[in-house]
Amino acid sequence: MPSVCFYFQVHQPIRLRHYTVFEDSPQYFDDFKNGSVCKKVANKCYLPANRLILDLIRKFDGRFKVAYSLTGVLLEQLQHYCPEVMSTFDALAETGCVEFLGETYYHSLSFLYSRNEFVEQIHKHTELIKGLFGYTPKVFRNTELIYNNELATLIEAMGQFDGIITEGADHILGHRSPDFLYQPRNCNHLKLLLKNYSLSDDIAFRFSNRDWPEWPLTAEKFARWVSDVNGNGNVVNLFMDYETFGEHQWEDTGIFNFVRHLPEKILAHPDNDFKTPSEVVRSFAPVDTVNVPHVISWADTERDLSAWLGNAMQSNAIHELYRLERKIKKTNNAKLISDWRRLQASDHFYYMCTKYFADGDVHKYFNPYDSPYDSYINFMNVLDNLQSRCSEPTNGGMLGELPNETIQTDLQLA
Amino acid sequence: MLGWEFPPFISGGLGTACYGLTKAMNQLGIHVTFVLPKVVDEQYATHVNLLNPNSYNVPPSLRINELQNVEFHTLDSPLEPYTTPDTYQQRIEETIRRKQLLHGGACGSQFFVKSDYGNDMYSEVHRYAALCVELAKQQDIDIVHAHDWMTYPAGIAVAAITGKPLVVHVHSTEFDRSGEHVNQMIYDIERQGMTRADKIIAVSHFTRSIIISRYGISGDKVEVVHNGVDRNGTTDWTLEDAGIRNDEKIVLFLGRITMQKGPEYFLYAARKVLEVMPNVKFVMAGSGDMMHRTIELAAELGIGHKVLFTGFLRGPDVQKIYKMADLYVMPSVSEPFGIAPLEALDHDVPVIISKQSGVSEVLIHALKVDFWDVDEIANKVVAVLKYPPLEMTLKSHGSFEVRKLRWKDSARKCAKIYEEMLVPV
Repeated sequence: MPSVCFYFQVHQPIRLRHYTVFEDSPQYFDDFKNGSVCKKVANKCYLPANRLILDLIRKFDGRFKVAYSLTGVLLEQLQHYCPEVMSTFDALAETGCVEFLGETYYHSLSFLYSRNEFVEQIHKHTELIKGLFGYTPKVFRNTELIYNNELATLIEAMGQFDGIITEGADHILGHRSPDFLYQPRNCNHLKLLLKNYSLSDDIAFRFSNRDWPEWPLTAEKFARWVSDVNGNGNVVNLFMDYETFGEHQWEDTGIFNFVRHLPEKILAHPDNDFKTPSEVVRSFAPVDTVNVPHVISWADTERDLSAWLGNAMQSNAIHELYRLERKIKKTNNAKLISDWRRLQASDHFYYMCTKYFADGDVHKYFNPYDSPYDSYINFMNVLDNLQSRCSEPTNGGMLGELPNETIQTDLQLA
Repeated sequence: MLGWEFPPFISGGLGTACYGLTKAMNQLGIHVTFVLPKVVDEQYATHVNLLNPNSYNVPPSLRINELQNVEFHTLDSPLEPYTTPDTYQQRIEETIRRKQLLHGGACGSQFFVKSDYGNDMYSEVHRYAALCVELAKQQDIDIVHAHDWMTYPAGIAVAAITGKPLVVHVHSTEFDRSGEHVNQMIYDIERQGMTRADKIIAVSHFTRSIIISRYGISGDKVEVVHNGVDRNGTTDWTLEDAGIRNDEKIVLFLGRITMQKGPEYFLYAARKVLEVMPNVKFVMAGSGDMMHRTIELAAELGIGHKVLFTGFLRGPDVQKIYKMADLYVMPSVSEPFGIAPLEALDHDVPVIISKQSGVSEVLIHALKVDFWDVDEIANKVVAVLKYPPLEMTLKSHGSFEVRKLRWKDSARKCAKIYEEMLVPV
């Protein structure tokens, strides 16, 4: 009896404005652009998708369930630019069929660079979700589904969470299927939910691809694939960006109609149902432990960190950023700390990726810069200014001059 | 093939392009007969090998083993690229004066000497055409390929006489060189060449669109073949060559100092950079009609001591200057292609290039700016000098990228265009 577990990632970074080395204004963020992107995505995706999910929950009287992970920086922006979206999330929360996951408030890579900062951001995010929806997250997802054994141990030690989510990458599973509940290595309480990337990507990436032999994907066909798991799995974890609906896959691809009919087709099979991640954790026993000594993520085919930390610019930028932690926090200046934290969003480093730059693919679509070089220059100019706002003089020399060893050990360390 | 200049007789990118293209064609086994006008005045063209003006022989320096399929013919003509009719006039008068001195006025009546050359650039272009036609009668050719406007009349004439198809190769247009103040005569020659050509090869999409919009040519006729670069023997150098380096960073401008190349934007940006980074020197390598004005501008901006003018550089000096440079900037106002940035990358020098250039169509790992956006040029110059990982990434990706831009591919594209023209439809 496969249960279908939907979790949608909802995030928008706070983008930087064009910032040259000649400026010294402490206004780093592009309010106009951030506002217009938020409004655009709200109209194309958040509002219609929320309304649709709400309709489906009501229609199936509690049998259709989903989970969201809303980043703190997204919620800040929605409150500011599109408060109407907030009220639709409120309505979803009130149905009791929607779970909210825990993550870092700033959609950051802090787990890799500062455990203190990482834990502080999880707490800050929990407080926000509690305040908005009266709900304490019980399942954790790390930024970009970045994960290893150490993360699981750390999350278990926090005591707040029952489950953790990551990518069902082939190289960690081997012959095993992602469609079961697992236990992270060295954990006793925490359960591990793995993304079924094949079925997830059928919706998120391939849905509108006319070269795909399975195009067009109908709700019926997809429900059949899900039912095929019957007898060889307990849960099908469909994890994807929420922007899939209406933004990555435009409305005219039929994506909303697909979702509208999916619950009906899935539930047509008497063995199938929908579960939230917390329900999955409660319903099943882990079948095995999974050992992940090296860091994995959900990005690209490599499923590693190379999209954010793959070149010298990315590595340098993020090191310089976290090197400021102590100094920034010492100032006790809330604006300064918030500016510093907003720079931690993984997106800023993603923009600097040179990996697929030549192919003009998915990386380019989300990139507000013409080139990774432009994004690095902009980020470093901002960081330079941020550093100058801390009263204390730096004790590390000029920005950018990082000992070679630090750059090299970066990925291994992670 | 009809050209203007060829190494070592070069003053700009055109000679480099003809060299690279013919060399690669040679490797593909295409037989090329290359005809170029030869300048006779030593003082004004020190880069030209002087031969007996009546000789059709190949100059010794051009007998290059690697170019076995290329045959060279030089015609006695003072045509030189990048000249304007005015400077041509000066040069021709100077040549005549010197000849008179040489021959002591004996038998060398002014009229006799003068008849050797066209009185103005226009007639010289046509005289070159007439000589080419004579030459072509003795040759067995399949395609006539003319490089830039001075050879178009010759190309048209040769094609008409031989009945062979004409390709004109546009490395630059009058709008690139002169902005909106075009010389009507040159424009007319260019347009006539393009109209009469069976195919036009443009060095970039940037140039292709100028050909279509400014010369009224149908797009079907215009193909784009980007230039390439040949890997220089970077391994030839020893570290001593770079011994000149001190703690100052060097930002390089290399090209003709003319309106087209945007030298003033380089200087305005330099001033902004120096406001925040004092230990930088700006080197301007090249010469041109804006040289004096540019030197004065550097002084006016109060950065004269930070800007070095080297004059025109050749071969080993070019390599040396690349070796010294930390960054190459090409702020061209209108650049049909721009081979120099490829050479810079080939020498492991990161580049900032103007978006108004053909080369920005083929380079990804370069910083790109609008030529007029002086603040942004300065911002990027500072960034490269200040953040070593940026320089590192640009260098490593750039040198990899530039290795993919080979003359061989350009030659193949030309060969394909030839083939299509020779197949009767």
